[in-house]
Amino acid sequence: MSIAPSRTATVELPEAATRSEDYLWTLNFGPQHPATHTTLRLVLKLEGERVVDAMPEMGYLHSGFEKIGEHLTYNQYVTVTDRMNYISPMANNVAWHHAVEVLLGIELTPRCKVIRTIIAELARISDHLLCNGAVGLDTGAFTFFLYGFYQREVIYDIFETLCGARFTNSYTRVGGLSQDMTPLVVEKIRTFVKTFPKTLEDMERLLTRNRIFVDRTKGVGVLTKEEAIDRGATGPVARASGVTRDLRKDEPYLAYADYDFQVCCATAGDCYARYLVRMQEMRESLRIVAQALENIPAGPVDVGIDQRTAKPDKKQVYSTIEGTISHFELAMSNRGFEVPCEETYAAIEAPNGELGFYLVGDGNETAYRARCRPPSVLHFAMFPQLIRGHTLSDVVAVLGSLNIIAAELDR
Amino acid sequence: MPFIPPPVDDVLAEVNGRFGPLESSLFRGQTRLIVPEARAFEVLEFLKEIGFDLLVDVSCVDYLEYRDPPMQCPSASGHRYGLVYLLAATATNQRLTIRVFVDDPDPTVASVVPLWKAANWLEREVWDLFGIRFTGHPDLRRLVMPEEFTAHPLRKDYPLQGRGERHNFPVITRDRS
Amino acid sequence: MAMKDPGLEGLPENVMVGKLDALANWCRKNSLWPMPFATACCGIELMATGASKHDLARFGAEVFRFSPRQCDLMIVAGRVVMKMLPVLQRIWQQMHEPKWCISMGACASTGGVFDTYAVVQGIDRFIPVDMYVPGCPPRPEQLIQAIIDLQDKIQREGTITGREFDTAGRQLRKRALVEIAAPLSIDASRNPVLQRELAAEADAFLARS
Repeated sequence: MSIAPSRTATVELPEAATRSEDYLWTLNFGPQHPATHTTLRLVLKLEGERVVDAMPEMGYLHSGFEKIGEHLTYNQYVTVTDRMNYISPMANNVAWHHAVEVLLGIELTPRCKVIRTIIAELARISDHLLCNGAVGLDTGAFTFFLYGFYQREVIYDIFETLCGARFTNSYTRVGGLSQDMTPLVVEKIRTFVKTFPKTLEDMERLLTRNRIFVDRTKGVGVLTKEEAIDRGATGPVARASGVTRDLRKDEPYLAYADYDFQVCCATAGDCYARYLVRMQEMRESLRIVAQALENIPAGPVDVGIDQRTAKPDKKQVYSTIEGTISHFELAMSNRGFEVPCEETYAAIEAPNGELGFYLVGDGNETAYRARCRPPSVLHFAMFPQLIRGHTLSDVVAVLGSLNIIAAELDR
Repeated sequence: MPFIPPPVDDVLAEVNGRFGPLESSLFRGQTRLIVPEARAFEVLEFLKEIGFDLLVDVSCVDYLEYRDPPMQCPSASGHRYGLVYLLAATATNQRLTIRVFVDDPDPTVASVVPLWKAANWLEREVWDLFGIRFTGHPDLRRLVMPEEFTAHPLRKDYPLQGRGERHNFPVITRDRS
Repeated sequence: MAMKDPGLEGLPENVMVGKLDALANWCRKNSLWPMPFATACCGIELMATGASKHDLARFGAEVFRFSPRQCDLMIVAGRVVMKMLPVLQRIWQQMHEPKWCISMGACASTGGVFDTYAVVQGIDRFIPVDMYVPGCPPRPEQLIQAIIDLQDKIQREGTITGREFDTAGRQLRKRALVEIAAPLSIDASRNPVLQRELAAEADAFLARS
């Protein structure tokens, strides 16, 4: 006598579970999960191993960045922007003070523009290194990640020499920089420009034609060009889908108009294309750094005292009356610099996409409203679209290739 | 100035020709167009048709404690909330800011999710942090704050440190864990 | 010639005798398995600590496990916000004894620069913490130092039952400093059953002490 028939006879399906949807399996993914890197949450509906639907949820790192922006002055808030997209803080610093300077109408000195360009591009390299490294890590290529992280340490070292902090730099100031670039830093960046292509080649050799990696990323998470524009994708995610928008070319801020570089695009729109675009962007960034580094203009890094935003140097303070007054006024708590009662939006091409700030000035040194336009939110919102129909193991590949940084996502 | 975006005079002329004269202003090369709340959706729909295909951002400003009329526009003063729609045209690189002003007690505006899918989470965030209701939104839930939260923290009458919600949790001590 | 302990008569020379606690502590301290609760910027430094240059493996703590069941050291790296705290507590409760907690960075320890409505002002108000690492974010060297210090602490004060830390009193004292406005508009715990349970326990504890 067999057991099986009697068993099937006793099992009765409940009334509710007869629809096909009731056989779907719900899987909670995050907010604390190794492959989410930070704090994201996904609720996946699975049919076997196939993802039928995904419900992304965010807010597990919402710390009130925009509210705190209404209470810190334009110079103080730069410390908070460091902690926004914390894998490329320099880019955030540049974005924030770019927005403030657009609101104030400040034209930077040529030297400051070039230095900011260099650090923004170094930040892009370090961001892409970590992002691609994490994609490699999630798809099983640990060595690739270590190669990337080693070069990140070199960039950390450059930043530390530059401003004293490894990666919460707070390097920019309104109308200038916290300190000038020293020859030692220039020398370190020069060494980096020389040595980095070798590592990049090694990394590409490790992963770009690696069969496992290609199989796991090619054709996974495809985003079409129309969808990319409709869903507000920017940066490498949009460029991997064939959108040619790059603010460095389209709205050349800082000194980008002076350099020869290319906008890297792909048309496939899958995880592999996003990986390739990032790899290629690192080369282009390196080209920009190399060009900028050999032509840093001489002169001051801060704007003059007539702009009344950057602190004048000690020589001016002690020898001229304008310098003394300017220094005094900037140091006083209720004076500071004048901000128009106006509103502006200014964005830069951050490593992740268009990172902009919508600022409302009300005459004070503190913003009335500091809205950040984070690229990650829009990228995370399109996640269900990208993952539908793929398998559970593709979730990490897609998440990694979107490069979602929770602190920027939630703010 | 570092960079002046391409002018949008032609767009303004077209919009004004279709919807009657709308107030607009220019600051640092950025054009802001004030649209009455009732016509917001059709103006945005028209703008999308004529090439503004990228919705960059949807956000909001609470003008509760603001001294001057926002953006020096007389018609904007007196309102409490000003919604900001940042549009961009990927073909021409033009940018345009649309402002829609709404007021208490029930600030409501038509959702633009049917036009741009990007608006979905951006509008949820505005609902969460400012409490502005978007009619026609497919899934208007809180985005960043916990679901049980009742306040809208980016409003100006909500204190920076909150009202004690952040400490309303059970304590786990060593001998109980 | 060394004096012979009569109780150890007959043991060969290469046998060491010690307290069971010390032996257990020695084993524990040299094989800490961290559970990286990495939420924000400090998480990147935590990754850097484990990566090639700083190499946490030198201190026997490189086995990062993402399942709380397998870990005995929770490293909370980054700010913990209102929505995340119930998750943190749940994961802490899922870890087996003996377990320790390192609060890495200013945000986890005190809230740091984020004195805002959403950020918990120090995780030690809600879960016990053994080591605090200052810095925003701390350098990898600092985290390594914290792990070394924790190893010392485990060796010094650990007991085989793992119940040596009196953190309950300290946590309650710190919590008493916080003004909680009443009535609270939010029931923040995601699990009402767990919350009721814990509240009852907290009341009982307060009544006892």
